Amino acid sequence: MQETIEKVTKVVKKKRAKFTESLIYEIAETVEKRDMDDKELDELVKRVKKAYERARVENGEAVGTVAAQSVGEPGTQMTMRTFHYAGVAELNVTLGLPRLIEIVDARKKISTPTMAIYFEEEFRVDEEFVRTIANQIGKSTMNDIVQDFHTNYAKMNVVVELDMPKIEDKRLNFEDIINRVEKAFKKVQIDNNVLSFEPSKPSIRELRLLADKVRDLQISGVKNIGKVVIRKEEDEWVIHTEGSNLGAVLKMEGVDKVRTTTNDIHEVEKVLGIEAARNSIIHEAQRTMDEQGLTVDVRHIMLVADMMSADGSVKSIGRHGISGEKASVLARASFEETGKHLLRASIRGEIDHLTGIIENIIIGQPIPLGTGSVGVLMKQKK
Amino acid sequence: MTGILKKISQINFGLMSPEDIRKMSVTKIVTPDTYDEDGYPIENGLMDPRLGVIDPSLKCRTCGSKGGDCQGHFGSINLARPVIHVGFADTIHKILRSTCNTCGRILLTESEIFDYREKFKNLIKNEESLTKIIKEVYTVARRDKCPHCEEEQEEVKIDKPVSMVEGNYKLTASEVRERLELIPDSDALILGVNAEKSKDGQQVARPEWMVLTVLPVPPVTVRPSITLETGERSEDDLTHKLVDILRINQRLKENMEAGAPQLIVEDLWELLQYHVTTYFDNEASGVPPARHRSGRPLKTLAQRLKGKEGRFRSNLSGKRVNFSARTVISPDPNISINEVGVPKIIATEVTVPVKITEWNLEEMKGYILNGSNLHPGANYVIRPDGRKIRIYDEIKETVAENLEKNFNEYTGEGSYVVERHLKDGDIVLFNRQPSLHRMSMMAHEVRVLPYKTFRLNLCVCPPYNADFDGDEMNMHIFQTEESRAEAKSLMRVQEHILSPRFGGPIIGGIHDHISGAYLLTRESAIFNEDQVFQILRKSNLPIPDKTGEKWTGKQIFSEVLPKDLNMVYTAEICRKCDECLKKECKNDAYVVIEDGKLLTGVMDEKAYGAFSGKILDHIVKEYGTDSAREFLDASTKLAVSGIMKAGFTTSTNDEEIPQEAKERIEVHLDHAEKKVDLLVEAYDNNELEALPGRSLEETLEMRIMQVLGEARDKSGEIAESYFDINENHAVIMALTGARGSMLNLTQITACVGQQSVRGGRIDRGYSERTLPHFQKRELGAKARGFVHSSYKKGLDPIEFFFHAMGGREGLVDTAIRTAQSGYMQRRLVNALQDLSVKEDGTVTDNRGVIIQTMYGEDGVDPAKSDYGKVVDLDKLVDEMRIKSEK
Repeated sequence: MQETIEKVTKVVKKKRAKFTESLIYEIAETVEKRDMDDKELDELVKRVKKAYERARVENGEAVGTVAAQSVGEPGTQMTMRTFHYAGVAELNVTLGLPRLIEIVDARKKISTPTMAIYFEEEFRVDEEFVRTIANQIGKSTMNDIVQDFHTNYAKMNVVVELDMPKIEDKRLNFEDIINRVEKAFKKVQIDNNVLSFEPSKPSIRELRLLADKVRDLQISGVKNIGKVVIRKEEDEWVIHTEGSNLGAVLKMEGVDKVRTTTNDIHEVEKVLGIEAARNSIIHEAQRTMDEQGLTVDVRHIMLVADMMSADGSVKSIGRHGISGEKASVLARASFEETGKHLLRASIRGEIDHLTGIIENIIIGQPIPLGTGSVGVLMKQKK
Repeated sequence: MTGILKKISQINFGLMSPEDIRKMSVTKIVTPDTYDEDGYPIENGLMDPRLGVIDPSLKCRTCGSKGGDCQGHFGSINLARPVIHVGFADTIHKILRSTCNTCGRILLTESEIFDYREKFKNLIKNEESLTKIIKEVYTVARRDKCPHCEEEQEEVKIDKPVSMVEGNYKLTASEVRERLELIPDSDALILGVNAEKSKDGQQVARPEWMVLTVLPVPPVTVRPSITLETGERSEDDLTHKLVDILRINQRLKENMEAGAPQLIVEDLWELLQYHVTTYFDNEASGVPPARHRSGRPLKTLAQRLKGKEGRFRSNLSGKRVNFSARTVISPDPNISINEVGVPKIIATEVTVPVKITEWNLEEMKGYILNGSNLHPGANYVIRPDGRKIRIYDEIKETVAENLEKNFNEYTGEGSYVVERHLKDGDIVLFNRQPSLHRMSMMAHEVRVLPYKTFRLNLCVCPPYNADFDGDEMNMHIFQTEESRAEAKSLMRVQEHILSPRFGGPIIGGIHDHISGAYLLTRESAIFNEDQVFQILRKSNLPIPDKTGEKWTGKQIFSEVLPKDLNMVYTAEICRKCDECLKKECKNDAYVVIEDGKLLTGVMDEKAYGAFSGKILDHIVKEYGTDSAREFLDASTKLAVSGIMKAGFTTSTNDEEIPQEAKERIEVHLDHAEKKVDLLVEAYDNNELEALPGRSLEETLEMRIMQVLGEARDKSGEIAESYFDINENHAVIMALTGARGSMLNLTQITACVGQQSVRGGRIDRGYSERTLPHFQKRELGAKARGFVHSSYKKGLDPIEFFFHAMGGREGLVDTAIRTAQSGYMQRRLVNALQDLSVKEDGTVTDNRGVIIQTMYGEDGVDPAKSDYGKVVDLDKLVDEMRIKSEK
């Protein structure tokens, strides 16, 4: 393959064409698949070059508006159903229009954060290993591992008998559990797998509260992650989670750092940086569209993502993000919060240079886009 | 057509100083009354004639121009006491909090001031937002002691809306103003008030100008009074408010002069503050809105600008236009896709301006002589001096003469312009709301037709999302040559066959075009020569020589295909068999076109349907937009002729199945319902195994949904097996993709299926049950909204009720969705509209900030791409090989 790519690159260079890497790769793939000889390759590159030139965007094209329309227009055809079972039947994931709005809003708290955790090559088929990791990640409470639980009102204590086989099954470490219990509760007596807790004050109320507290004590799991589901996808084990904590999961041993993802864009930005966040926006938006059976060209979604991440942090589309930070007073005033922007502009003595679309529409001049983006320059006679 | 004479290069915003306001003012307004008993405006009153005139018969006392030309002049009111401007109350509070109460300096050390000044300079240079840094200053500049004069500081609090409270003492507006006056210009800048003096000593703002001492009075043109039919005058809301202000101002002044007690003066002062506040913003929080006598809240300055109906969105971003028309639309399969049928009554109303030249003089004269009532006529002529003359039957001869005379003795002061009627071939803009994408506004050629509706070809329904159940559309007539040229090359319908959203066709055949093409091209369609000629003639195709042989439908369809077209694809009717028999396909779903001859396969949605037409897609991309238009026009006409030859109708008879089938379905559904009962029983007995990560209840619901879903599908399959695609028109429509789906048919014949509310089975209504007809906590199929009957058989009352529940949810859902997605799109457009591709291929916004170094990472326009790719390489290779073989 590598050789073919080099060969194609050479031909492309000879033809003085500027192809993107992905296009060269595609051509190379076709060459191999269709078993083409050098003459045919020459011809192919020539034709692709012609097609590429034909398909180029024209200067001045209002790509922003087209992108916005292309992303927005299918919105009317989307469902409002918040929850859907996307691939994994066991987990709820927000999809459809609400999810798209969530992405575009760049919400800090998304309604259904979820992760897909993949594993490095040597662990991919190792079910035992994956299950162990899954139990480390997934939230388990005391309730999940008790065999017998009762509140003794006479002795004023809560007695818990741990279910050793269950602990075994969940691949938890008994020592760790005991440590956690001792850390969380002061008055506790441990007798092998039987724990008895005493309330700080001997009252029925306290005792009941204590019982609940004991039952809900988290004994394992990564912060912010709830349920986990293990699934076999194409010969490899994958963990899907409810809740997300990319930073912590990526630090775990055996986890594939490349393919493991989350749908929380802000978390991606925090852990992996702005470029990753941009890709995450593209991926999530595209996935939402695809799931609804709507085709939208990636380029439109890319532009939205690039706009959102242009200045190094993920900004929302709307008055708290991009639209609220525009340079032009008139553009901001005509979007939302008209009064606020006009008053603020007046005390700051802002100057509107009228370079945008809305401003020129407001004052009745041709807009600087497409046909309006070019002028005529006359050569002066000497 | 005059070009652009002057261009506005920038707009400066600033505060007005009291001196500015006085300088601008043509008169002081003192009297709160508007008119005297005789109905004349009172001098120094709110309707003072010097403020400008509206009546076109009067002349303005200030500028001398007539009403309509005079844009009005401001007056002013001297306020007896200073008043805080509501819009700035928050800023004033923040500034007071961050400045010293005695020396007026900002509560920052010299070095901090220096740092912030540098930061400000940088931000201003880069045209970046100052909001964040100003916010930071407001939080940092809070000290207990002034670093400049060492004075102790007391906390200033704001008592909404406009009162400033320092400790326990409420500052008066005068005191506030005095404090603001103390702030030096250089400190004001970091506090967000640009008080720097320009070279000529001008200032755009000073902190104390946020406290008003003089109030500008807008000219009458801003607040015109209307005379009702009864002869009564009704004043504008602003005038009412100004009357209030004047009245209180007067009383306050009198009381102060008379030396009234402090308490009374303060009360009046507060009242004045209230009126000025509501004059600016009648929705300010913490202020009861001022109301009209009728109880309606007044629309004051801020309300005029704000929101969807405000000046900005309603009058500035969107403007009303002339030369437009709107009427109901109806279909016309006989006009081309880039045409629009315009009713004669509209064509004689809206006009196109045409400049007289030696080549069109005679033609234009003819139009003028036809007058304004006869169709290709003219309504107005515009003389070289700019006068517009309406053409009446009495004067049309003289007008025509003058026109010719002017042309012959052309003196150089310009030529006549004739506003002629719309005629065939004119290019117009056609639009249907909501204009969600650029295909919602396309340029069409005019066809003047009788009757009163706009006519459009059915193929353009999908981009406009139009149907004919009473939809109305708008038409706009271009008024300049430039706009016509631009529209002709960029906006014509054929330029938009491919959608920029996904690079495939969005315009194409629908409904009968598709069933028609199927009927025409299916294997059993064989026509004798007479029939063929009839069909071809109807579609305006050339008639071949007589041979006496029979034609297949495929041969007829081949007539509209380009002669060198080669294509292979599977049709919509493909049943996705396990093993594809290719050319031997039983369903004739394998389409092979060689050299423009349709060899096998039928034409259906995949051929030239909107959204998925493969042949259409290929033709646009390889043969150009004009050929695509011709292909679409010809092929749809052919399809319509085809459907007319075969005859096409559908009724509930199409959904009839034999008794035996009904019984089989019944048995099957009963079986499924029993299975549900078993599941419920297992759940009750705690024998159900929960799915991982799911509760027992959720598992049960999922399992039941699955069983019932399968049951409906299976019953549909049974029904389907009794349908015959050759005979049953409903099935033809569903399978070819013309209209409806197999699911619709099975719901009519076999079983409607599970109704859902909020994504699950119906579980709401009475306590622990959906209807009183069931036991509490009953979980069976019927009790939770499974509709066992078919639409044709009819639903029983319980089923009907559940069905209505599901239906209602669907309606509510649609209503909410439109609002939500509309707002999302508005935000998207607003955020992205300034982006454009520059000469070097980068995408930048209007500030020049680069958003993408190359558009879409490869610089390819999706509208020109092949479903998002530069080219389909496989297709290219196929083509190359076919070529080299020859």
